[in-house]
Amino acid sequence: MGKVGGFLEIQRVGFDKRDPAERVRDYRQYFRVQPEEELQRQGGRCMDCGVPFCHEGCPLGNLIPDWNDLVYRGDWRAAIDQLHATNNFPEFTGLICPAPCESACVLDINDDPVTIEQIELGIAERAWSEGWIVPAPPQRRTGQRVAVIGSGPAGLAAAAELNQAGHAVTVFERDEGPGGLMRFGVPDAKLEKWIIDRRVAVLEAEGIRFECGVDVGRDISPEQLREDYEAVVLAIGSRVHRDLAVPGRELRGVHFAMDYLYQRNRHVAAMQGRPSRPAEQPISAAGRHVVVVGGGDTGMDCISNAIREGAQEARMLDVYPELPWTGRADNTPWPLAPKRTLTTYALDEGGKREWGAEVIALEGTDGHVTKVHARRVQGTSSRDLQPVPGSEHTLPANLVLIAIGFSHPEHEGPINDLGLELDQRGNVKAPVYGASVDGVFSCGDARTGQSLVVTAIAEGRKCARMVDRYLSGRNGRRPPLEPADAHFIETAAETAGTITTAHKVVRPPSSERSE
Amino acid sequence: MSLCSQPAAAARLYDPANEHDACGVAFVARLHGGPSREVVERGLLANENLFHRGAQGADPETGDGAGILVQLPDAFLRAVVPFDLPAPGGYGAAMCFLSRDDEKRANAQRLLVETVEAEGQEVLGWRDVPINPERCGSAARAVMPRIRQLFVAAAGAEAHDPDAFERKLYVIRRQAARAAGAALYLASFSSRTVVYKGMLTSLQLGDFFGDLREEAVTSRVALVHSRFSTNTFPSWELAHPYRLLAHNGEINTLMGNVNWMRARESQLASDLFGDDLAKVLPTVTPGGSDSATLDNVLELLTLAGRSLPHALMMMIPEAWEQRDDLSDELRGFYAFHSCLMEPWDGPAAVAFSDGRVVGATLDRNGLRPGRWLETRDGYVVMASEAGVLPIPEEMIVRKGRLQPGKLLLVDLDAGRIVEDAEVKQRVASQRPYGDWFEKCAVHFDDLPEPARGPAPTEPRRRLQLAFGYSQEDLKVLLAPLANTAAEPTGSMGNDLALAVLSDRQPSLFSYFKQLFAQVTNPPIDPIRESVVMSLGTGVGSEGNLLAESPEHSHQLVMRQPILRSAELQKLRHVSHDVFRAHTIDITWPVKEGADGMEPALERVCAQAHDRIAQGANILILSDRAVGPQRAPIPSLLATAAVHHHLVREGTRLRAGLVVESGEPREIHHICALLGYGASAVNPYLMLDSVQDLIDAGMVPEGTDRAEAKRQVVKGIGKGLLKVLSKMGISTVQSYCGAQIFEAVGLEPELVERHFTGTASRIGGVGIEVLAREALERHARGYPVRERVLADADRDAATAGERELLPPGGLYMWRRDGERRMWDPETIALLQHSVRANGDDTSSPQTYERFSRLVNEENSRHGMLRGLLRFRDDVEPIPLEAVEPAREILKRFSTGGMSLGALSPEAHETLAVAMNRLGGQSNTGEGGEDPRRFADERRSAIKQVASGRFGVTIDYLVNSDQIQIKMAQGAKPGEGGQLPGHKVDSYIAKLRHSTPGVGLISPPPHHDIYSIEDLKQLIYDLRCANPRARVSVKLVSEVGVGTVAAGVAKANADHVTISGHDGGTGASPQSSIQSAGVPWEIGLAETQQTLLANDLRSRILVEADGQMRTGRDVVVAALLGADEFGFSTAPLIATGCIMMRVCHLNTCPVGVATQDPVLRKRFAGKPEHVINYLFLVAEETRAIMASLGVATMDELIGRSDLLAPDEAIEHWKARGVDLSRILAISDVEPGKPRRRVQPPPKVLDDALDWELIDACQPAIEGGRQVRLERPVRNVHRTVGGLLSSAIARRRGAAGLPEGTIDVIFRGSAGQSFGAGLAPGVTFTLRGEANDYAGKGLSGGVVAVRPPEGHTYVAQDNVVVGNVVLYGATAGRAFFRGLAGERFAVRNSGAWTVVEGVGDHGCEYMTGGRVVVLGPTGRNFAAGMSGGVAYVLDEDGSFERRCNMELVGFDELSPLDVRELRGLIAEHGRRTGSPVAERVIADWELALPRFKKVMPHDYKRALAELAEEASRTSPEGEPAVTAGEPAR
Repeated sequence: MGKVGGFLEIQRVGFDKRDPAERVRDYRQYFRVQPEEELQRQGGRCMDCGVPFCHEGCPLGNLIPDWNDLVYRGDWRAAIDQLHATNNFPEFTGLICPAPCESACVLDINDDPVTIEQIELGIAERAWSEGWIVPAPPQRRTGQRVAVIGSGPAGLAAAAELNQAGHAVTVFERDEGPGGLMRFGVPDAKLEKWIIDRRVAVLEAEGIRFECGVDVGRDISPEQLREDYEAVVLAIGSRVHRDLAVPGRELRGVHFAMDYLYQRNRHVAAMQGRPSRPAEQPISAAGRHVVVVGGGDTGMDCISNAIREGAQEARMLDVYPELPWTGRADNTPWPLAPKRTLTTYALDEGGKREWGAEVIALEGTDGHVTKVHARRVQGTSSRDLQPVPGSEHTLPANLVLIAIGFSHPEHEGPINDLGLELDQRGNVKAPVYGASVDGVFSCGDARTGQSLVVTAIAEGRKCARMVDRYLSGRNGRRPPLEPADAHFIETAAETAGTITTAHKVVRPPSSERSE
Repeated sequence: MSLCSQPAAAARLYDPANEHDACGVAFVARLHGGPSREVVERGLLANENLFHRGAQGADPETGDGAGILVQLPDAFLRAVVPFDLPAPGGYGAAMCFLSRDDEKRANAQRLLVETVEAEGQEVLGWRDVPINPERCGSAARAVMPRIRQLFVAAAGAEAHDPDAFERKLYVIRRQAARAAGAALYLASFSSRTVVYKGMLTSLQLGDFFGDLREEAVTSRVALVHSRFSTNTFPSWELAHPYRLLAHNGEINTLMGNVNWMRARESQLASDLFGDDLAKVLPTVTPGGSDSATLDNVLELLTLAGRSLPHALMMMIPEAWEQRDDLSDELRGFYAFHSCLMEPWDGPAAVAFSDGRVVGATLDRNGLRPGRWLETRDGYVVMASEAGVLPIPEEMIVRKGRLQPGKLLLVDLDAGRIVEDAEVKQRVASQRPYGDWFEKCAVHFDDLPEPARGPAPTEPRRRLQLAFGYSQEDLKVLLAPLANTAAEPTGSMGNDLALAVLSDRQPSLFSYFKQLFAQVTNPPIDPIRESVVMSLGTGVGSEGNLLAESPEHSHQLVMRQPILRSAELQKLRHVSHDVFRAHTIDITWPVKEGADGMEPALERVCAQAHDRIAQGANILILSDRAVGPQRAPIPSLLATAAVHHHLVREGTRLRAGLVVESGEPREIHHICALLGYGASAVNPYLMLDSVQDLIDAGMVPEGTDRAEAKRQVVKGIGKGLLKVLSKMGISTVQSYCGAQIFEAVGLEPELVERHFTGTASRIGGVGIEVLAREALERHARGYPVRERVLADADRDAATAGERELLPPGGLYMWRRDGERRMWDPETIALLQHSVRANGDDTSSPQTYERFSRLVNEENSRHGMLRGLLRFRDDVEPIPLEAVEPAREILKRFSTGGMSLGALSPEAHETLAVAMNRLGGQSNTGEGGEDPRRFADERRSAIKQVASGRFGVTIDYLVNSDQIQIKMAQGAKPGEGGQLPGHKVDSYIAKLRHSTPGVGLISPPPHHDIYSIEDLKQLIYDLRCANPRARVSVKLVSEVGVGTVAAGVAKANADHVTISGHDGGTGASPQSSIQSAGVPWEIGLAETQQTLLANDLRSRILVEADGQMRTGRDVVVAALLGADEFGFSTAPLIATGCIMMRVCHLNTCPVGVATQDPVLRKRFAGKPEHVINYLFLVAEETRAIMASLGVATMDELIGRSDLLAPDEAIEHWKARGVDLSRILAISDVEPGKPRRRVQPPPKVLDDALDWELIDACQPAIEGGRQVRLERPVRNVHRTVGGLLSSAIARRRGAAGLPEGTIDVIFRGSAGQSFGAGLAPGVTFTLRGEANDYAGKGLSGGVVAVRPPEGHTYVAQDNVVVGNVVLYGATAGRAFFRGLAGERFAVRNSGAWTVVEGVGDHGCEYMTGGRVVVLGPTGRNFAAGMSGGVAYVLDEDGSFERRCNMELVGFDELSPLDVRELRGLIAEHGRRTGSPVAERVIADWELALPRFKKVMPHDYKRALAELAEEASRTSPEGEPAVTAGEPAR
């Protein structure tokens, strides 16, 4: 309900951010939520819309108006219950979601949207600090076992839900700690890793087993998992990089952004005394001219890390044109999420961005990159970019990081081992989460291609429901399909893209808050 | 017992049972002397002068029915029959309508004769009644029965007892008619009276029956009737009078009354009838009209020994519950009889006669007109209108009107009029009814408190989950009830999927849609006219209706039907020698699965029967036993099943039903339970759930549980009254079992068995689906897994309280909630498609995505049209061959969304868009700024709604179409409401109201209480603007087709059929969700009914209600629509995002707000609407091409191009059967399926043409004109056309006062001086009927008795009901008394009158009213502006004034000047001695005036004055609120 007319009286107050000059000297989180009283006021800005576009804009379908109202009324306990009803890990989304809810907020039409993500994080932090989030193991076990491969947000969500349903869940993770890209891609400036550990501890206490450092396909065969477990969930992400097809790509000093970010995160972990694998081939930005190719959040995270490492200069090349001052391109009118954000934290910290700039070649000396040749392009989408004649220019660069996204999951490993069918884009074909092999399911980026943390959690949750249904059928606890399932199947399928509306599937490729 | 073949109803949507009629009624009686010829002739003449109240169908010569009841003309009959007649009273005549088929007729005659003989009476012989068949219309002639009279002599015991003989004739009639079936109808069979009637007009009646012109046919009483039926199916027997009565009105509770009568039959016993009683059962003729049924029961009651007044006082009691001015005897009488019979509720004016007395009565609301007079030579004339007989003024002794709940009785034996008080006191004193009631009735509140508390229940959260509760139920529904005892308000209408297409296990309640009154009967006003409403109810067993004893009042009397749990306990453990309660469990074991429910239901029914046999008289149907192992049968199913089972078994009245259920949690739910037979409901879980509100802080600090529950109970009571008033019902007692619902989506077998008599026209789900859904709901609280795997009982007891309820989605969209037609995706796509954005989102590709989503997803999963497909076996034509989009766009209009609900920016954007694209926009009910009349911001359609806001002659003249809003899809049966914070000074100015004061339109149009009233309003509006089309907006419900046929017969050009899903700015949630049905059904019914009546060719049909795409347009056209209304979608195109906060004034996009800050945010452009509708038109064209149809004209009504879509595999939709919607009328091929001609011209004989001619010098040249004219009651809306001509030529300002001055003499017809323009003065020397000065727009009206009158003017009625309704300016003076609802919704006229009936100054928002005489009850109800000065001679006025919104103020010097000026003018214009006396004794009179001042008005005036003093230092208030300059 919020406060009637509250949006007319109360101004938006976003996250409280630390001074950029100060924060670049550490790796700690660069922002925090406003005090509770302020959050309550902010909750009062919510208009409790008849058609809450935020709720639709959120891939999880978070009950945003409902918990905004609860926060406004100070009922934090009920708020976390509402929040947990749709979101297993609100502290993750509260920190690193690009908040498509906020760009869909009705106030975003002609005003500042409600600071939804901050309120979400506020609810989660309050719940942790009050001790409301405690392990709640299921009251009984089904005796059925599920293996989840991959511990990113999709795998974790699937595991959490399946465990709650009473199944015995084991999560296999090839890296040294759970979390996937949340742990190794996202810098601590945005998500300090103890936050993941804290949640994983609860999951473990609830009965989920984590097998880290186990690479399925190498350390254990997927077929073995199929034998040992009644169901296998593939949540291995979309980790095959898109590459830059320009002359000079082979030069040293040219790396994929994710390789750099993995190293930086491991570096921070080592600094904090957490277990971490050493780098085989260290990548450093210290003292260098860093050029990041790609205008997304991964690129921004590279910039922020580079600045913290002491780079000479950190510059980003974005092929898309500059956004209008409203932050919305014409092709993403309200309530669609804008394709890119207007400003980001890394730019505040000293990074530079060139709009409409395309790399045409890399040049090097002694096999090491020294220059980036670029030109201006015009257009609104990747399909219609046109070079601007005579706009060619050159930038100094001795570290080039490629951050133009991922194409599909790694086919080597479980996918090939199990002989899973793929869709046209090379993702696991699993229209309603079930893959082409009996008992094998897939969710998250592995199934949909790269997307947001929030989408991954939503995927994991829905996949878990399908797995649970599959398992229920197997032990005869209920008929395989009931009429009431029709809707569920349908919504699941819809999200899975078989009933594409195209309109709502398009989401930004990576994450950043719009503060 | 239908004599003539009715069209087969089963296959189509038309059902003859839905026919309505209303009419003109009159009687003439002679107080002294013997029967006279003059009585008969005057009766016939009176009827002829009521011709305009009757109707004709497509064949103008065929009337809907006319008839006359007279005393048996003994002398005449003696002379014409070829056999000897016994002395008068010793024989009776049967007026027989016989089959035209010789064999059938012979058989019927034989049956009748045999019955007479079997009953021991003597057959004298037959007589052919002479008729002139050429004097009736051809359609009537085609089905004319043979009309013969059979004469029967009294024999045996009956020979010496005239009453016994009457009874015997009744017994014979009932038996013979039943035996002969359709071949015989007996219009009358009596030794005292005879009825001549038929399918005639009142002008034909006298000539058709030769007897009626015979000099020797004489009588002391003539009761006549002229019928207006909504339909014109051949029917001679439906003409009135019936055997005892002629009726003008409608019994809304008929279905319940009939069911209850049926239930009573097994207990009937009568000493007078003895064994004969069994022969007359069933007492109610199946399939009879409401009037016929009323007659049936009245006849039974009187023949069994009660007097006519007594029986009428039982059946149609006046409002007595809240009265303190009735005698103890009378109160006792009503209280006692309320235990015997529920009121037959509905607007009714009943004229009755048994040949010995004649009289008339009016229902408690007084919604039918009746005027009477007594003459010096001993005649009494009563008629629907004054002036039906030309009686010289000096002959008149007194004049009166029928008053609400009052009886007018002429005792022929005594030769006098018996006053209401006298006759009622006499009846009430026959027995010590009050003592009986006191002794035997038990008041619930007096029962001892129970020893034990309520049974322990399952954890609340479990139960909430198991009964399908959502968070919305608590937040949206329960919280407002608990906080303010008010039903929640919502906005924007209902776009939910139909229950039959929902996967979310909707409750059984949501398959039932409330019916509501439109056109043929008025909704009533439960708030402003609360004096007539009653929540009282009772349980117990009923006694033999035909006897009376103290034990008849053995009822447990309750003040209202909602029981809190402790109260139910009290009832359950009642230890009383009379009352025995028994609880029946209505749950069943989950382990039996869905198949277990039906046997469980049978067990419940059988148990109910057994328990009654064992002596229980209170049955409590309870689902308290719900738990892990037991699921509840839907409470409505259990209730209705038991109710109908017991009705069938004949034991229903031996016990009352009480429902104890966790399921009901909406007002609609409670209504449905009561409507299907429950006397009281204990919604225990709903009440217990207030604890959730307290826990969540959703009630004010400190509110305890008991207080919150009290509020909830109070709120439900208010909501109940609202719902039943929508149907025009005043008392819960008569609502109980009245089944005022239509089922949408239930299987016919299920409905026939358990909801017997309820309309259910598209089939749907049966009991096994309901069972399955009940289990699925149950499983939310008690999941299958836990039940199977664990110790479920322990689990249920401990778990669940922190579990969340599902979020809901019925009121606000939620992703996992019920499917809605407008969701984020459809809204965004529509908005993107009309704005040229970037390449990705702009039209028309985006529109295509939008329409595909709507057509293929939302519609298919939620709306009936989604279940239809276009035929694909037709030859397509190229797109270019289809008529251009601009032709289609002409048929588009936007719906009536008022300026006030919408911001000026949004309102004007729609108007500009529609004007640019060639369609029409609609003002809505808030008027229009005159500055817009002449430019492209003008709305072509001007709406006239019940509030009449801004309806001036100038407004009407500037229209292309005038739309009478009878009902609105989102809230049929209710008036619009505009909250005070949306009434800024601009809106207030346009609406002639007070800034900051909320506006609620009355539920009824106070000038439309019946179909003939609508005909009159259409006539008024035609006069106001002869060039405009007149449209009537209806809402889809069962029977809307017959109403539409009535609208066509009332000569409208256009009818709109709105779906239940239409939008609204503000409405109670239960109305938005639970009233009305989809337009697909209503439109198809309308098309079929109009075709069957041959009326389709003369009326345009429009469909609206969630129209969104070209596919919607084509489906509507195929089902019969010429035109298409869009509302929500164009609003969304301009930027509306379905906030659903229109009523809060906080619309963040500036669409539905008056907040200046938010209005600035409005970003809509006319182009958005234009783009959208063009895209719709283009989609329409593409579909037309695929169907091979080039023009819209050829498309309309081609339902053969539609077929049910077999491809839809929705599991619940399988039972849906759309064949009746698609049924093709069996009209002759080639008959037009669309409008091809205008309605008949009705203005040609208007008196005004002559006036206009004579006034040309004034109109054109501004010169003064003086005229004198005679006037009669058949001259209606005198001054309307004249005012229209003036407004057209001169604009709103009209002419200077006094330019035109007309003196009329005589009795003016209805709407005298309606809309009178400035500059015109009408002085009427005579009297006027209803609606005088309606919509007065600046002219002056004066009515005074004629020269030569001898009665005391101020004691006699000079003008009818609803005078000055919606007047905006001008002055009016009435020397004499006025009727009910004087100056209702007056917003600017100044007037003086010498006495008014009930509800004076109701809803007034401006102007001045001076009353120099008596006032009725409920004065100033809902009055929020203007001032009334009431001369309170005896200091009793305050008791009759509704002080809710007004106070009594001191008169300021300015007031005194104003008052004195008005009274002086009254004296000058009417020669009133009252005025003269008051002015003469001014100092004496002045202190006795009460100044009635609305609180809000006072505040607003003070604010304005303050503002004015700020702006102008002199401190002179510039203008007063809502006040036109005089």
